[in-house]
Amino acid sequence: MKNIQSILGIILVSAFTLTSCSSDDNTVVASAQLDFSGTYAQQDQMGRPAVNTVFVSSGSKDSFNTTIPTQQNAAFQVMFQTNLTGLSPAFANAGDQNALGQDAAAFTGLLATDVLNVSLDGTTTFYDGTNVLTGRALADDVITVELLLIFGGENFMENPTLSDDHVDANDKPFLSSFPYLASPW
Amino acid sequence: MKRVTTILGISIVLVGSFFLIAADHIDAPAVQGTTSDITDFYAFQGADTNTIAFVVNTQGLLSPTATSSASFNENTLIEINIDTTGDNVEDLVIQAIPRDGKMYFFGPIAPSAAGLNSVVETSGTASSVDITAYGSTAITATNSGMTFFAGPRDDPFFMDFAQYGQIIAGNATAFNNPGADTFAGSNVLSIVVQVPKSLIGGSGTINTWVEAKGKQ
Repeated sequence: MKNIQSILGIILVSAFTLTSCSSDDNTVVASAQLDFSGTYAQQDQMGRPAVNTVFVSSGSKDSFNTTIPTQQNAAFQVMFQTNLTGLSPAFANAGDQNALGQDAAAFTGLLATDVLNVSLDGTTTFYDGTNVLTGRALADDVITVELLLIFGGENFMENPTLSDDHVDANDKPFLSSFPYLASPW
Repeated sequence: MKRVTTILGISIVLVGSFFLIAADHIDAPAVQGTTSDITDFYAFQGADTNTIAFVVNTQGLLSPTATSSASFNENTLIEINIDTTGDNVEDLVIQAIPRDGKMYFFGPIAPSAAGLNSVVETSGTASSVDITAYGSTAITATNSGMTFFAGPRDDPFFMDFAQYGQIIAGNATAFNNPGADTFAGSNVLSIVVQVPKSLIGGSGTINTWVEAKGKQ
């Protein structure tokens, strides 16, 4: 019995070694010995920050999470628009727009397909005053950007007490190199 | 003592309801409090400007005490979806799934099927990194030009969510100045993958989103 264990051990070790030798650097890959079989079904999804949480009605949050992006606009844009106009005085009247020149239909039409647009050609930011929706960086104040687009009206000047939460940065500094996130508390 | 306990119980319930919405933390009943709860998704140009870094955070609002016992689930697949053609259908996926203390990564690879159900695409480029334990220095690994991390980190999200909840509930009409970061001092379980742009379309704009998928 002990012999069998040793033999099995040797086989496992050699399989592991062979696999890692085939890799060209220090990452050990032993996937051949592991079970990755089966089907995995969608439970949660996210593209842009706060979309499900702000624009999806409470009874539909699970179904939003299990609707693929190509079907989200047809399923949810009307709900988004109703919730936006109900939430924000800046969209209370017909013709109201945000600072991107979007009326309620255009703004919610963008948001209902919940994907994050990312530029491969340069600056990546949710919004930095110049670039719009070219990514999402850790330090981006995405909530204030979204509050401004929801409450700030055509020139970011409307409803000033609702369009900035006055929390502008993280509680720990980010790292300048990988993995970028600060160590845990 | 009993009275204090009752008051504490009520506060916990109140705090819980405040947390019902924020970024994507606890965004929906079916995933709330599970290993499938995605809290945030980031994609940005890496320190090496030829790369894009993807950050997927899960299991938010972890206190330091809770963080030490939190773990990734071997039945939860995290999948970064990348659309390179502008039709909002994933052309490439990067998958992450833990086994025996390591996070395994597959891709970027064209998925065998797009949509709600996935299999682990083991024919894709396979990589792995040891999951960093709470309190330890971050362990990273590299393979095929990519860099990987998995483990607890400070939650990078910041917002005065408590006051937002008060406004939505009709108990307040304005944010405070300065506000208070509701997420200060809390942690998440993070997966960070840095990928050469050449592996995910090269140039132009991609659309990307992340999914948590449970084994059936």
